[in-house]
Amino acid sequence: MSRDSNLYTFLFVGIMIVGIASILAYTSQTLKPMQDENVKNEKMQNILSTVGINVSREEAEKSYKKYIVEELALKIDGSINENINPFSDLNLAKELKKDYEDQHFPLYVAEINSEKYYIIELRGTGLWDAIWGYISLKSDFNTVNGVSFDHKGETAGLGAEITKDWFKESFKDEKIFNSNGELVGIKVLKGNNDPNNIDKDDHEVDAISGSTITGDGVTDMIYERVNNYLPYLSLINDKVSMR
Amino acid sequence: MKKVNNKKPSFLFIGRNSAEGIFSKKNKKLLSDPLDDNNPITVQVLGICSALAITVQLKPAVVMTASVIFVMACSNVIISILRNLIPNRIRIIVFLVVISSLVALVDQFLKAYAYDVSKELSIFIGLIVTNCIVMGRLEAFALGNGVWKSFLDGIGNAIGYGIILILVAFFRELLGSGNLWGMQVVPDFLYESWYVNNGLMLLSPMALITVGIIIWIQRSFNKKLIEKG
Repeated sequence: MSRDSNLYTFLFVGIMIVGIASILAYTSQTLKPMQDENVKNEKMQNILSTVGINVSREEAEKSYKKYIVEELALKIDGSINENINPFSDLNLAKELKKDYEDQHFPLYVAEINSEKYYIIELRGTGLWDAIWGYISLKSDFNTVNGVSFDHKGETAGLGAEITKDWFKESFKDEKIFNSNGELVGIKVLKGNNDPNNIDKDDHEVDAISGSTITGDGVTDMIYERVNNYLPYLSLINDKVSMR
Repeated sequence: MKKVNNKKPSFLFIGRNSAEGIFSKKNKKLLSDPLDDNNPITVQVLGICSALAITVQLKPAVVMTASVIFVMACSNVIISILRNLIPNRIRIIVFLVVISSLVALVDQFLKAYAYDVSKELSIFIGLIVTNCIVMGRLEAFALGNGVWKSFLDGIGNAIGYGIILILVAFFRELLGSGNLWGMQVVPDFLYESWYVNNGLMLLSPMALITVGIIIWIQRSFNKKLIEKG
């Protein structure tokens, strides 16, 4: 059979596709449990890091069980859906694509030294692809205790700097509500008047040079996601100390 | 099936031609040529796209270099083994399939066994598949040469690519953010007195200019590269 005949070409392609597909499918299937385990532990690590607990990936599960006292799946009206496990069943990326009425949002409550922290999952868009993270609020549901960010494909050295400690540190103690009790979020702003971030009541942190769009993504992500928790907040408002 | 060539099909290829040793002069040249005289970036001007994208910091540049070395060596070897079987008309598609499955395999293994490295690497996966050097060497070399030679050619070109990448990343990270390998190297007292990082180095145009300067310096030393006017 000639190498240039149509039959040979089709045969070659057929064998190649079947061969490669089975190799790839086999590897992906065999490695999947280990990969899932890594992803799960990393999620726990990220959640814990917003309340100042930094553990290795192996120890993440143990600490998670110790400090996270409540896992809630909230409906858009703020009520709790008991049938959903927010940690394993809720995928925020998929939730946000659903109809607004069907969306659920995870809320984790941590308790450390009898202080309560509310941890909200974030998800938004950077320059190239998705960005996500967690933000933990102190018991007044206003002051930021810590954040953690991650991204799929932001540029290394520019947008990817949002995962760096110095950037995350700057959110600490910022407020997300203004003095009138309206949600303003935290703006990642270039050229603001407070580059060292001494003023903690201005709802602003300093942006990263060369990553304006990623920074805007962070701003939007915090505002939009926290916004989804306002109904829940008004339900529990009597329990929350006044802002 | 009609026999296409009457040469004995040789599978291991090493030492097939007894007159030629494993590291003969010719084979050594395959390794050393792409480092200078025929450098993929500065002479063949291939792979510029990734040289712009990932040279902001040294670490990703090194990770990228390592993964390109692996992918190029393996894909060159695979295509070279298959070179007498691949139908000519769909050879580019076959290249693509081989490269992307290799990259996917590496990615899967890293995700399972070296999760942190895989996070570092994940954004470059697409870049490796589209890297013109990999395709270019498959088409220009592996399709017409034996396995051992193709292997050397792959390693040589990947290293030639990596050297430039690391050089550019070195200057961009040093001048752009005052760091090397993520650690601060410009001392604090310089910042306090007058020194400011050059933010322009972080943007892609400066990668092009840096590559340009490297080409300039290379040509001023290597007279072979100067075109006769």
